[in-house]
Amino acid sequence: MRDLGIWAVRLYLGLMLLFLYLPIVVMVLLAFNRSPLYQLPIVWDTVWFQSLIHNDRLVGAGLNSVGLALVNMVIATALGTMVAIAFARYQFRGKAVLELLLFPPITIPWLIIGISMLIFFFWVGIGRGLHAMLLGHVALSLPYVIMVVGARLKGYGPALEEAAATLGASPWQAFWRVSLPVMAPGVAAAALFAFAVSFDQFVISYFLAPPGVSTLPVEIYAAIRKGFTPEINAISTIIILFSMGLMLLIARLYRFGGER
Amino acid sequence: MMQEARRRVAIGFLTAPAYVWLTVTVLLPLSAMLFFSFLTVAPINGREAQLTTEHYLTFIDKDFYRTLTWRSLRLGFDVTLACVLVGYPAALALAKHVKGRWREAIFLLIILPFWSNALVRVYSWTMVMREGGFLDWVLHWMAPDAPPFGLLFTYPAIVIGLVHSYLPYVVLTCYISLEAIDDSLMEAARSLGASTLQVFWRVILPLSLPGLLVGVILTFIPVIGSFMEPRILGGRAGIMLGTVIEDQFTTVFNWPRGAALSFIMLGIVLLIFAASAPLLRSRLKGL
Repeated sequence: MRDLGIWAVRLYLGLMLLFLYLPIVVMVLLAFNRSPLYQLPIVWDTVWFQSLIHNDRLVGAGLNSVGLALVNMVIATALGTMVAIAFARYQFRGKAVLELLLFPPITIPWLIIGISMLIFFFWVGIGRGLHAMLLGHVALSLPYVIMVVGARLKGYGPALEEAAATLGASPWQAFWRVSLPVMAPGVAAAALFAFAVSFDQFVISYFLAPPGVSTLPVEIYAAIRKGFTPEINAISTIIILFSMGLMLLIARLYRFGGER
Repeated sequence: MMQEARRRVAIGFLTAPAYVWLTVTVLLPLSAMLFFSFLTVAPINGREAQLTTEHYLTFIDKDFYRTLTWRSLRLGFDVTLACVLVGYPAALALAKHVKGRWREAIFLLIILPFWSNALVRVYSWTMVMREGGFLDWVLHWMAPDAPPFGLLFTYPAIVIGLVHSYLPYVVLTCYISLEAIDDSLMEAARSLGASTLQVFWRVILPLSLPGLLVGVILTFIPVIGSFMEPRILGGRAGIMLGTVIEDQFTTVFNWPRGAALSFIMLGIVLLIFAASAPLLRSRLKGL
């Protein structure tokens, strides 16, 4: 009876994982299929990956995506880490309000955030484009960076820095030689996270993309609406493997799910 | 005194850049959107705009918008319910019946797709559901005479795609609060004569309710704001509040109306938050 229960649990979890991964696997397999009409059975070929290289639009969008994600990573990590340090080290009036202000960017539907940015940026003359997307991506990444670095900082108090100060370190030295190494794994995880948030972001970019400038998700959305082609499968395969790899890396640096 | 001043400078220096950024990108835009929703036309390119409440009045007047809002709420309800029915048992199984390395591995496998590209995942479902896609292929293989299923561009297709998107979220939040329940509580209940079902209803479910609620809210809200998923998977069956808002900015170019519709959607979101604030606050305090 007990055995039966265990098998039922395994079967259930197995079916759920099947549900989560089946479409992704199907999509990846069809990227390697020669038929442009997705005819089965699969005839193995990498023709769709080869044609990607000659698709200037996609290559350009890819470069935009990566560049944007990198700049976003640097800015969001720097600004977010600063806030996390302030939250961890100081008690001050208004801190609760500041913490509460982190929720709108991640809880309000991106559709609303995206179009409000479009309206405001147009109105004040910032306009659309990569710079506008950067403004939006950093805003979305900041809460995550602050949370991830903050969780790491919670693990240790100001005691370490105080010890360093007693031993004659200047505040600068204490920061560079003691605090930074302690929080480094958290900062690294937060940086990768910020990269991923930007790299996978579609909604904000979609509304802030002027004609002719786009990121990979924006380009893919436009392509899907024109019709399905195996080329979309190929680029999607690259993206999803890349972002899953990134997440595995983050999971190694930082445990999700509360346990640390 | 000197120290207090230095402390203040430090706090300001550390927090100001990020919060100025958030002000410019979130708070001011939301205010601008509210303002725009009361204008006759978008005051761009030198156009003159007058103040008006017509966009809100049309919303109340026209059946179309009410049906639309209802459809979006219904979608949110269906998707959330399905996520809870599938995700909660999975979280329970994972938290209480799977141990050690397996638990870690399965947990990671569930979370992994959630943090990958949402658009790509929605696209991947079209490969399964389209006419002549994977589903039809399997069907044909099992029953060669069966007509093609053609699941794509139907309401169930949207629900399936969105459940796929948010299921990991529900599993994650439920798992966190289920895992925190001390096993000895369950043993105590059992030794006092409670049946397995009673243990679940009287001990496990109440204690995991905060996590469940967070999962429900964080699924329901993005689903009513979704537009890309209904567009790709629903086609003509996928007209939702979100897709109509998208249209106002990408094809119809009626920005004030789009702003008004967005604000109504934001109002719904805020209502949901207000209703669940007491529970959420205690739950998310340990940020």
